[in-house]
Parts: sequence; C-alpha cells; structure tokens
Amino acid sequence: MRLYRQHSVLPGFPLALGFTLLYLSLIVLVPLSATFLKSATLGWDGFFEAVTTPRVLASYKLTFGAALAAAAINAIMGLLVAWVLVRYEFPGRKLADAFVDLPFALPTAVAGIALATLYSSKGWVGQFAAQVGFKIAFTSLGVTIALTFIGLPFVVRTVQPILEDLEKELEEAAASLGATRWQTFLKVILPTLSPALMTGFALAFARGVGEYGSVIFIAGNIPLVSEITPLLIITKLEQYDYAGATALAVSMLLVSFTLLLAINLLQWWTQNRRGSRI
Amino acid sequence: MSAQTLTFASHVHHVHHAARSETPWVRRSLTAAALVFLALFLLMPLALVFVQAFAKGWETYVSALMDPMALAAVKLTLLVTLIAVPLNTVFGVAAAWAIAKFEFPGKNLLTTLIDLPFSVSPVVSGLIYVLLFGMQGWLGPWLAEHDIKLIFAVPGIVLATIFVTVPFVARELIPLMQAQGNDEEEAALVLGASGWQTFRHITLPNIRWGLLYGVILCNARAMGEFGAVSVVSGHIRGATNTIPLHVEILYNEYNSAAAFAVASLLAMLALVTLALKSALEWRLARQIDADKDEE
Repeated sequence: MRLYRQHSVLPGFPLALGFTLLYLSLIVLVPLSATFLKSATLGWDGFFEAVTTPRVLASYKLTFGAALAAAAINAIMGLLVAWVLVRYEFPGRKLADAFVDLPFALPTAVAGIALATLYSSKGWVGQFAAQVGFKIAFTSLGVTIALTFIGLPFVVRTVQPILEDLEKELEEAAASLGATRWQTFLKVILPTLSPALMTGFALAFARGVGEYGSVIFIAGNIPLVSEITPLLIITKLEQYDYAGATALAVSMLLVSFTLLLAINLLQWWTQNRRGSRI
Repeated sequence: MSAQTLTFASHVHHVHHAARSETPWVRRSLTAAALVFLALFLLMPLALVFVQAFAKGWETYVSALMDPMALAAVKLTLLVTLIAVPLNTVFGVAAAWAIAKFEFPGKNLLTTLIDLPFSVSPVVSGLIYVLLFGMQGWLGPWLAEHDIKLIFAVPGIVLATIFVTVPFVARELIPLMQAQGNDEEEAALVLGASGWQTFRHITLPNIRWGLLYGVILCNARAMGEFGAVSVVSGHIRGATNTIPLHVEILYNEYNSAAAFAVASLLAMLALVTLALKSALEWRLARQIDADKDEE
C-alpha cells in the first residue's frame, strides 16, 4: 500500500501514459496490425502458397542458416572478446572496448559496401581467399561474414556485465579443491555465463535474420543462391507483387515475435540467476 | 525485461581486478586472438572506407561530396533526423516518466511493445507503411483522392525513420529513472514546486547524461537507416534520396570512389557517435558512483 501511495503523488501520469500509448499506436501498432490484416485478405491457401515457393524456401534456408552460423561464431568469438576485455589488462583495452560497438554505430549500407569490397576476389581479404580457391562475395559465406560483423556487439555486451559481476571466490574455491583452470572454466564459469551467452546468441540471431543493408552488397543477390528473405520482399514489391511481399513480411514478423518472446524469457532467466546470487 | 540488455547500465564498466589465474602464455594468446578478430572483422572494413574514399585523390573526394545530388541527400537526411529525433526524444521521456515513476497493470507489456521495432526487419518496417499509405494500401486510394503523397515521398521516409528509432531514448531512460526512484521529486513537490518545475529542475538534471546517450544513438540510427527508408523512398534523385541511399546508387553505378567518399561522412558520424558514447558511459559511471556515495 505504501508503494502505491508513493507512486501516486507525482503528477503527469495520465498525460505521459496517454501520449505514450497514442504515439506507440500510431507509429508502431496500427501499421503492424494493418500488415497482418492485409495478409488475412490472401486467405490461408494464398498465404501458404506465397511463403513456400522454391525461391522463398531457398531464401529462408540462406537467411536462417547464415544467421545461425554467424550467431554461433559470435557466441564463441564474442565470449573471447568479452573475456579478454574484462579479465586482462593490455594497452588499448579501452579503445578496443569502445570499438566493439562499431557495428551498432556504422550505418549498414556503409558496412555493406565496405565488406563487399573487402571480400571481393580483388579485395584486401578476398584475393587471398581466391588464391586458395574460396569465393566469399556472392556466396552464403559472404552473407555469414556480414551477419557476423553485425551481430558481434550483441554477444559481447550481454556477456560482459555478467562476467564483471562474477565472484572470484567461486573460482578460487574450485582451484583450491584441485580443479585445473580449464576445468574451472568449463564447470564453474561457463554454466554461470550460459544464460547471458544464450541471450546474446539469440539477439545476434534475431538481428541477423532481419538484416538487410550490410548483407545485400556482399551477397550479390543471386536467386536460389545468395538471395536473403528481406531482399526478396523488396524484389516482390518492385514487381508490384504486394500480396507476396505482405505474406513474406508476415512470416518474418511471426519469426521475429517468436524470437522476441524467447529472448525475453532468456533475459528473465539471466536476471533471476544474477539476482539470486546477490 | 528486454529493455535491460544493451542499455546504458550494461555498458558501464566498473573498475575490475584482473584475474591472474591463467598462465601468461594463455593470457597473451587469448588477447592476441581477440584483437586479431576485432582488427579483421571491425577495423578493416572501417579503414577500407577511408582508403577507398581517397583512392582517386582529394579532388575526386571533394567533388563527390559537392555534387548537387549528394548535397540534396545530406539536406534530406538532416531534415528527416531533425523531425524524427526530437519526436522520439519527447516520446522516450514521456514513456519513461509513465513506466519508471508509476505502477500500473500492463507495464511489462508496454515496455516490450516499445522495444518491438528493434525486432522487426528494417525492410518490413518500411513495408508496413507502404501497406498502409501506398496505392495498394488501406488508405492509399483515399490519400490519392485528396492529393496527399506519403509513400515515395519525404513523409514516408520520416515515418519509417521514426519507426526504427522509437525505442532508443525510452530504453535508456526507463532503467535509469527506475534506479533513481521518486524521492527527490516528492521532496520538491512537498516543498511547493509545480509538476513542471519538478520535472525541469529535478528530473531533467538527473537524467541528462542518459538522455543525451539515448539521443546520440537515436541520431546515429536515424541518419544511417537504410533498409526501411529504401522501401518507402522510391529513390528519386535529388528528392527522396538520403545519404545511405545515395551511397547505394553510386556503388551500384560502379562509381566506387564517390560511393566511399559519401560513405566516409557516415563513417565519421559513427566514429563521433562511438567517442561521445564512451565519454558518456564514463560520465554515467561516475554519476552512479556519486549516487552510491550519497546513500
């Protein structure tokens, strides 16, 4: 009761909440609902047909496969980066730490053309790959590299605070009980980090599935080979296939919302873990 | 709560004591591996932007930026940002005030809904407005009758930009204002301050660094948004091309030097954003420490 009274003395609640709800409805909720309604006009059969053509299925396979691979790479490399940034002192540590957020700050189109140039068969990295017979640009490998770039900060920034809070006593106890450093990492540190690591993985995956700007240049967008689902939506729009674009958009929104739900559950789990230890 | 990840608070790193538990050799190898990865995946693309921008010399660089179409793109991007960022800032403050200072049913749902645009693919974020206001959309025919053009025009670009940047300010302020509590505002009210005075002189100074942090991130995304804007723009040169869209056109015309020259503007924006962000994180860490000392 005390809590309720405490919260009710401040003014401005109806205005603030009213404005928030109105703004959110106009900008986000109404347009999203309109999209779902539009897809409903297709009917179930029309919808199902539109989202299961061979070209669409190929784009799903590429989009989800590359996003999954990139998120897995980021889970490992992001953990390594977070570990090094939190646990070790080295010159330039602060700079490296700030730099991790570059993919958040750099516009995706800029990242896109930079990566495409870097990994083309004449690029700084691409030429060496070409010498050993690897083609990166215009393949699913290129898509995976772009999604790795864009997803890295999600893992680092989710794992970092948990790693900072980690109690050294547990590790010392494990060591004094005779565990090797590696055993301590696997049996003590990793289990504590795993909810955060999974959250970071899921965030990177979710971002990768919807990513557009950083991918399309390096992907080359060859139908059935390197065409991601968001690009296919744009292609359909340019062909005035509004029904097809809407159906694809709704299928992607359903995936996004499912991922959002999973991420919220994971974060709730992470925080419970974190809270219970304090 | 999804607002909790990747927020200001999670970026604030307290002074830590380096664990000396791995052997120096392992430590050095892990550090080297992490730095090589960061250099290869993050630093090289950034460096390449500047190298390519100046590949054909200073003159090509300047003329690419002075091109009337490039200037028109810069002007449009600034216009869109000047509308989208203030609107989302007001929204963020209002939403944080309601969510952080009051208890009401459905609060968690509202917090999740505010974050929703971050989960939507940029392309879909643009498409939803085409489906609402475009010729094939729900309101398209009515708008056409009244001669109002939203899609493939500037208003559509503004709307799509607002959509993708809705969460930035709110998600920084909500955890910050929750952590600060209501005590100071209540004291001001008891002492006879009006609601507005309380907000202006108590709340606003308390949240200023967090607010600025959210605004800077919102600004970077607004200026750099590509996918959502690409869908609603119609790519009319000199009229509906923002900087990122102009970069795309130049690149697709194999005018790589000009594309990277214009892209270097956005890369500089990213660097400034990162610098300000780091400075603010340091500020906020100090503020949090100071708040703790007061207690």
